Amino acid sequence: MTRHYSAFGLLREGLRGHSGWQPAWRSPQPKPRYDAVIIGGGGQGLATAYYLAKNHGITNVAVLEKGWLGGGNTGRNTATIRSNYFYPESVALYDFSLKLYEGLSRELNYNVMLSQRGVVTVASSPAEMEMAARLVNAMQINGTDAELLDRDGVLQKAPLLNTSDEARYPIFGGTWQGRAGVARHDAVAWGYARAADGFGIDIVQNCEVAGFLIEGGRCVGVETSLGTIHADAVALCVAGHSSVLAAKAGFQLPIRSYSLQAMVSEPVKPCLDTVVLYPGTGTYLFQSDKGEIVLGGGLDRVPSYAQRGNPPMQQTVVSGMLEMFPAFGQLRMLRQWAGVVDVVPDSSPIIGPSPVSGLYLNGGWGTGGFKAIPAGGWLTAHLIATGEHHEISRPFDLDRFATGRLVDEAAGSGIAH
Amino acid sequence: MSARRIRDSGALLAFTFDGRAYEGREGDTLASALLANGVRVVGRSFKYHRPRGIHGAWSEEPNAILDVTIYGKTWPNIRATTQRLEAGMDLRSVNARPTAEGDRLGLLNRLSPFLPAGFYYKTFLWPDWHRFEPRIRAMAGLGRLDPAHEPPADSPAMNARCDVLVVGSGRSGLLAAREAALAGGSVIVVDDRFEPGGTMLHREADGAERAAVLAGDVEQAGARILSRTTAYGIYDHNLVCCWERRDGAPDRHWRIRPKRIVLATGAIERPLVFVDNDRPGVMSAEAALYYLRRHGVLVGERIVLAANNSRALGVADALREAGAAVTVAVLREGASVDAVHGAKGVEAVTISGKRIEADCLLASGGYTPTVHLFCQAKGKLRYDEAIAAFVPGAPVDGISLSGAAAGDFGDYAIAPAWPNPGAKGRQWIDFQNDVTLKDVELAARENFRSVEHLKRYTTLGMATDQGKTSNMNGLAAMAAVTGRTIEQTGTTTYRPPFVPVPFTVLAGRRRGQLFNPVRRLALETQHRAAGGVFREYGGWLRPAFYGGGEADDEIRREARQARETVAIFDGSPLGKIEVFGPQAGAIVDYNSYNTISTLKPGRIRYGFMLTEGGVIYDDGVTVKLADDHYVVSCSSGHVAGVVARLEEWRQDRFDPAAVFVHNLTAHWATLTATGPHAKALVAALSLGVDLDDAALPHMAVAQGSFEGGAARVARVSFTGDRSYEISVPASKAPALWAAMNEAGRALDAVLMGSEALLLLRAEKGFIIAGKDTDGTSMPHDLGITGPRDKRLGEYVGKRSLFTENALRDNRQQFVGLAVADGGPALPTGAHVLDETGGKRRSAGYVTSSYESPAVGGPIALGLVERGMSRMGEEVSLFHLGETRRAVIAQPCFFDRDGSRIDA
Amino acid sequence: MQLFLCPFCGERDETEFTFCAEAGKTRPEPAAEVPADAWARYLHFDHNPKGATREVWLHATCGEFFLMERDTVSHAVAGSHSLRRPEA
Repeated sequence: MTRHYSAFGLLREGLRGHSGWQPAWRSPQPKPRYDAVIIGGGGQGLATAYYLAKNHGITNVAVLEKGWLGGGNTGRNTATIRSNYFYPESVALYDFSLKLYEGLSRELNYNVMLSQRGVVTVASSPAEMEMAARLVNAMQINGTDAELLDRDGVLQKAPLLNTSDEARYPIFGGTWQGRAGVARHDAVAWGYARAADGFGIDIVQNCEVAGFLIEGGRCVGVETSLGTIHADAVALCVAGHSSVLAAKAGFQLPIRSYSLQAMVSEPVKPCLDTVVLYPGTGTYLFQSDKGEIVLGGGLDRVPSYAQRGNPPMQQTVVSGMLEMFPAFGQLRMLRQWAGVVDVVPDSSPIIGPSPVSGLYLNGGWGTGGFKAIPAGGWLTAHLIATGEHHEISRPFDLDRFATGRLVDEAAGSGIAH
Repeated sequence: MSARRIRDSGALLAFTFDGRAYEGREGDTLASALLANGVRVVGRSFKYHRPRGIHGAWSEEPNAILDVTIYGKTWPNIRATTQRLEAGMDLRSVNARPTAEGDRLGLLNRLSPFLPAGFYYKTFLWPDWHRFEPRIRAMAGLGRLDPAHEPPADSPAMNARCDVLVVGSGRSGLLAAREAALAGGSVIVVDDRFEPGGTMLHREADGAERAAVLAGDVEQAGARILSRTTAYGIYDHNLVCCWERRDGAPDRHWRIRPKRIVLATGAIERPLVFVDNDRPGVMSAEAALYYLRRHGVLVGERIVLAANNSRALGVADALREAGAAVTVAVLREGASVDAVHGAKGVEAVTISGKRIEADCLLASGGYTPTVHLFCQAKGKLRYDEAIAAFVPGAPVDGISLSGAAAGDFGDYAIAPAWPNPGAKGRQWIDFQNDVTLKDVELAARENFRSVEHLKRYTTLGMATDQGKTSNMNGLAAMAAVTGRTIEQTGTTTYRPPFVPVPFTVLAGRRRGQLFNPVRRLALETQHRAAGGVFREYGGWLRPAFYGGGEADDEIRREARQARETVAIFDGSPLGKIEVFGPQAGAIVDYNSYNTISTLKPGRIRYGFMLTEGGVIYDDGVTVKLADDHYVVSCSSGHVAGVVARLEEWRQDRFDPAAVFVHNLTAHWATLTATGPHAKALVAALSLGVDLDDAALPHMAVAQGSFEGGAARVARVSFTGDRSYEISVPASKAPALWAAMNEAGRALDAVLMGSEALLLLRAEKGFIIAGKDTDGTSMPHDLGITGPRDKRLGEYVGKRSLFTENALRDNRQQFVGLAVADGGPALPTGAHVLDETGGKRRSAGYVTSSYESPAVGGPIALGLVERGMSRMGEEVSLFHLGETRRAVIAQPCFFDRDGSRIDA
Repeated sequence: MQLFLCPFCGERDETEFTFCAEAGKTRPEPAAEVPADAWARYLHFDHNPKGATREVWLHATCGEFFLMERDTVSHAVAGSHSLRRPEA
């Protein structure tokens, strides 16, 4: 039997028809009691379970997933990882995540295909160049890598960008973060799941949480489609549906759910080597290892829990892409899909205790949860294990809405998440 | 031998494939032309570079993907089965070098034992993936993008409504359309093929004629038939999006909103799964009949037909009639396909242990109803044992299905022949993505048992054919491996598009200057004639400066002269939102941080509008014309937002019958005269306004007239100098412009663009909201604390001015920054460094910075922590690794006593 | 592309509409007497239901704010109502 992944293992198994590979994870029935129950088998939930075991030695843990693991936003995003943020609180969170990503494939013994190909954010006017400088300086002061590019610098990174004088949003320059990049989104979920399972953590798929056991104001477990499960601590890692679970526990959140669409083209040979964000058009894109152009843009304008695409935003995103890369007009849209994301007033996540003791929150990720999976899991595990905030998660507590201490990137840098 | 043309018709069309010259016939698809020329290997598979031939005849084709060059332009990834041949086309196989026949990477097939599904998750871990990535990327991908080919944005969009939309113009679609049209409804029929008729055209001997008659009846009854039009997606509230191809005209996008949809989309034949079922020459039986009847191409001389269903077996007679020798293997009678011989084309087939020499193997595993659109509309499927396929389950509102799409296959018998796990050899399920039965077994072994995990782990069904031939076999294989039924295993989610749709069609004409069109000034022509250089400000295209010199020189020239004589500036985009009615005073007060209604009529007040979060949304002046009539002015980019917030509170908080909001921004043009000679210039216009400072002091307004129309003269200044804003109906703007230019000639007036104005206001320390403030700035951060401390009553944002965060003592405050190191102007975007405690952090940043002609040196504005209590303190600034020094100062650098306002 | 129902104009494309808020919120006043958490609840917190919802929308084309009942999963629109006070 082969459990460890390596080139040697692949060769050996290749010679015997790959008959010896172990299941990546078990499919256990849930036990009646756990030290901790994580609701949501996406990247955040699986990472939380993994770090509970790895950092805190807590392995009597269940991850409950109502569908198939990684089937929510972890499997529906555009897989971009970056930490090009303005406020030190944001940089601390997302750069911590990027650093964890940098060692993740080896740590998990699972190739999550982290490709640090860099992110260009194009600036289309002198005013945007000033904002770009403001952002780059903030990033450098906050200790992450950033460069200000002039027009030639941007065109060097992405030669097929539109250089026409007729372009609606001409290229003046941009910002560059070289350590940023993309990863294989499904692999991140699978890698964490496999590693968490290796610690003995139960990942239970097709198990929907119907309600919470609350005794004396404290959450002591959950009612599920597979029965009652008691737990000392429960964490909500269900971004997109945070409000739905919060309602079952009797409280509201500062969250509204919106669809976020993405799509891919048919695959072509390499023609774009970086991730490109274009605030002028709102479109961002990169070319996957398979050769597909992966593109996305803004949120749909209608609050929704429907995981499906919508033509008006689709046209905006595609028009935006063709404004940026006219040659991509040769390509066709192959697939489109949508995820449902938690949108928070300041577009920053919510990590911390909930109004019900024993119940912890990890949500509000907006469009940026994928890049924060390692950090979000690490910090949520810390919270569950110690009952206290890690210093990095403290600014993202739910209490910031009453104190007014929002962490609003758009307010500071003019650039949305 | 292999395929050949047995019936010639149409003109000869010359083309090349992989560098070799061939001839096709008018009416050919690329696929029929290649088949007719005996070309067997048309491409290589995505992963193992296996030789592949044409398998199908339409959009389900997984293998025949080509780069097509015509008229000097290349289009990648064209499906050979759906593209018409044109004379002069150069066809290139994809994923093959130098040719499909002699691909150098064909060796990869030998390594396939070590490259199972998801092998990349298990290796490339050291040193890191990014090292391996370039080589992997170069091997992936299908066609090649032509970097020089930028297709134009010429694809129109059509919106249509109808009573009934019929998708599919086969017999059942045409019958449904005729019935609906005869009943008096408006009917549109869309079909993706070249002409109406569907399978009638090749299934029925005289089908073409009968289809033409039936289609004629349908049109006679009043329906519209759109051929070559693919309904690729159903969206919310049954919006159907379609992609139409046209000859000699750009493709079109149709957005059709029908009351009722009839899906008559037919069915797709499934391949059989057996060892080496991907060899060139293994084809769909339906396709063989199609090529014969539609293109006169016989797909082989010695054909083996292996099928488990009556529909495919029925093809044999037609092929025999055309001259082929056909051996039939009926799989429901226990026959099995054991082997296919011939790497680059079928040479023989072993059926149930018996070798049969053959040049073509037609293999059919049954038919699957085309239910994609039904499922996109949230329709659920049920498994029908009788036809061994998923069929539509409970009905969906407004959608019905007809014919084969509904599972109605007529006289049809099938014996299930699903993939057989545990068999030796490689059996392909997804041809294009090289997913084999062993890959499905591996996925199951590793617990990727959900169909969604299966799809993502093995990439099954994710190729450019969208899994049309592979999905059903894939989930049947997973069912067999895991001991579940097909129904329990279920399908993956169906999503648009049904076929890949060109991005140019989705984008339409919304490109270039039509992508978020800019707003234009009534006087754009005049500005251009005067040498104006335009830039975009808040969505408006405005003159940044005038003249052909270096931008900085021209801007400083304008700024200098504005301070010396008088400048003429077009301020038309500035918001002019009129508020009328008994509650007008109350609503403008509620809208504003400062109380407005206490003004005397004819007076003006500057103030902020806050968000409910207490943050400065915009700044501007409000004019009180009368107790029940105000004009709210705001920055040009915020007009729509300010109208919306006024309207919201009007309807939600006030009495909508007692206050009215009217946006007149575009109706009035505003030209400003600013500078020491401004009064003289305005006096020369004879507006009928008493310009005496006692009658019209700073922050007052007067009504006059210009050329028989109204003229409003407001003394408001954004430069600090004496200024007059003259607003006239937009139709009078050219005349006012001419008059001011004429009057200005004697006064040495200068035309001033937006950039010089930005400089002049910075000299005075006047903010631009959103530039010198950010999304956290509150009025007290600018030192404006009066209303917060004293104002009774409610106004927008009030409560948020008293949160813990608002009351912090270390907020960033608006200040001036004077250069202290003798250097040039500070870079905008440089940060003030705080290095207390040895840790570097930002304590604010430069928001505006200029070389000021009036001051004779650099000036800057910024937001700095506790800045207002740190006047005179020297600070370090960080910009791209360089350090500058500056002194915190009052934001006003020029005319600190304000005497120029009346000078 | 959804079709929304304006109580004044009838069914129109979603692009003509702007979402404003969940229905039923009342602005707490006077500011001096509103606790921080009550203000935060008004400003930021919502039901955000999955399924049936009542919301205030703006039909930007005619300028009217109105109440719409719809479903956030199926996108079915159950009805729309004017927010205008009854005529006195």
